[in-house]
Amino acid sequence: MNTNLKPTIDNTQTGYESFKIGNFTFDRDEYFAYISCPNGEHMMSIDAFLRAMMRDVAWGFFYGTVAFDDVFGTTNHYGNVDVFIGSQHAEWTKAERDYLENFKSDELMDVFKALLSDWTNEGFDPFAAPQETGNAWGRNNGNEDKLISRQREVAKRMVGIPGDAPLRSDENGYPVNRAFADVDQSQPVIEAEPGFEGELHAYNFFAFLSRSDVTWNPSIVSVVRQSLFCPTTEEYILPIDHGNDRVEWFIQISDEIVWDIKDGKTSAPLATVTMRAGDVSAQPADIRHQGQSPKRSMLLVWENGSPEIMDMIKDGTVPIVPVTF
Amino acid sequence: MSAEYKTVFASIDDYRKGGVHCLNEDPKRYVFSNLYEVAATNAPYDRIVVAKNLDYTIEAARAEGTSDWMVCAHDEFVVAMDYDVEVHFVKLADDSIVDEDKDGFVTLQGNPDGQKMGRILMTRGHQALLPEKTAYRFHSNKPATLMLQSILGEETIEKWADICLK
Ligand SMILES: [Fe+2]
Repeated sequence: MNTNLKPTIDNTQTGYESFKIGNFTFDRDEYFAYISCPNGEHMMSIDAFLRAMMRDVAWGFFYGTVAFDDVFGTTNHYGNVDVFIGSQHAEWTKAERDYLENFKSDELMDVFKALLSDWTNEGFDPFAAPQETGNAWGRNNGNEDKLISRQREVAKRMVGIPGDAPLRSDENGYPVNRAFADVDQSQPVIEAEPGFEGELHAYNFFAFLSRSDVTWNPSIVSVVRQSLFCPTTEEYILPIDHGNDRVEWFIQISDEIVWDIKDGKTSAPLATVTMRAGDVSAQPADIRHQGQSPKRSMLLVWENGSPEIMDMIKDGTVPIVPVTF
Repeated sequence: MSAEYKTVFASIDDYRKGGVHCLNEDPKRYVFSNLYEVAATNAPYDRIVVAKNLDYTIEAARAEGTSDWMVCAHDEFVVAMDYDVEVHFVKLADDSIVDEDKDGFVTLQGNPDGQKMGRILMTRGHQALLPEKTAYRFHSNKPATLMLQSILGEETIEKWADICLK
């Protein structure tokens, strides 16, 4: 078999660095990212690659598989992570072209962060909707390192409670997004009896979402033990296919998202789920989903972070669907 | 000039459901329902599970008139999904009446013994904490939709075959 068929990379021309971990090499040029491993090469458009990489890094490899596309991705084992080419694609595995290597999470994270820092040019925010940011193309030109250390809001009980994650406002740098200018910004009226001031808590959840400055990046607004309300605002395409290792739920709050569903092991298309305001849908633990949102929309992602689930994933007893009826 | 966008929300009297288009798949695996439809087609304050992950729940309820008083050993949250809803709170004089080992809400008989803490007036999009071991009830002058974050209890209603796409 011929090997090393990737186009010629000349870092002296583009100013980018190449990155290696284990037997994987990552290169970029003006338009593409190239991933090489002992079984071959794979290339992706650099804007899609950087948007996916940004999420993989920001979410600490997330729950289960973050598929950058049908071929390349990572699978989180919480402490260690698989990096793979073709392992979740029926034709690649049939041809025995698939390749997988496991890395310690922190070592892989260091390499991915260095890559993001070097490959992201000034003015391109991989978290932003395409209409709200510059482009990823061209030769090495500055960076957007502040994005790599960006922290999402993570409530311990509920956002807005004194001492917990703060609400978003004009003053703290979260203006209402252009697509949500019509969303009511009123706050609930709290009438506490004397002696109970500060004990009743409420806030405008939809207004909080209308001020999200990023897309496809959940924060946590309320917590019942390990039940996490992780709402997010979505526009254009989820930059990854998410193959969760547990059931997750979507509740569409506003507008519409069309989810492309594929088989988690083979990448075969399975279904399309169209969600409109008020729709609720489970995502089985054996599929991958990728959302498409024609207008910026509000989505409540509902996750279960229980250690109990971690044990069930290890023993292979985690439920694939949440209920049968 | 910047473009103007219209954000589409829904309500108990105006919702438009999506759905599941399958190539090679059972639509029931997506447990697809709609919060507003569940509220529109069920009795006031029946708390119906629309999403479940192990024992954690998201419930939909129709608010209309005044509910019974409820209490829960753990925190819960409520979101007003379309119209005005009030939540009233009472600090229980004796919170040992709340069974610590029991998950999910419990309906109290009559009015709880304790001090009035006040009320929260909510409208579309507002989320309130229903603090652990604190009695609460809802009031709404006209039908409205509530979404609750809780844990499955003895009184929570599961009726998946009635609410989900098949
Ligand atoms: Fe997901």
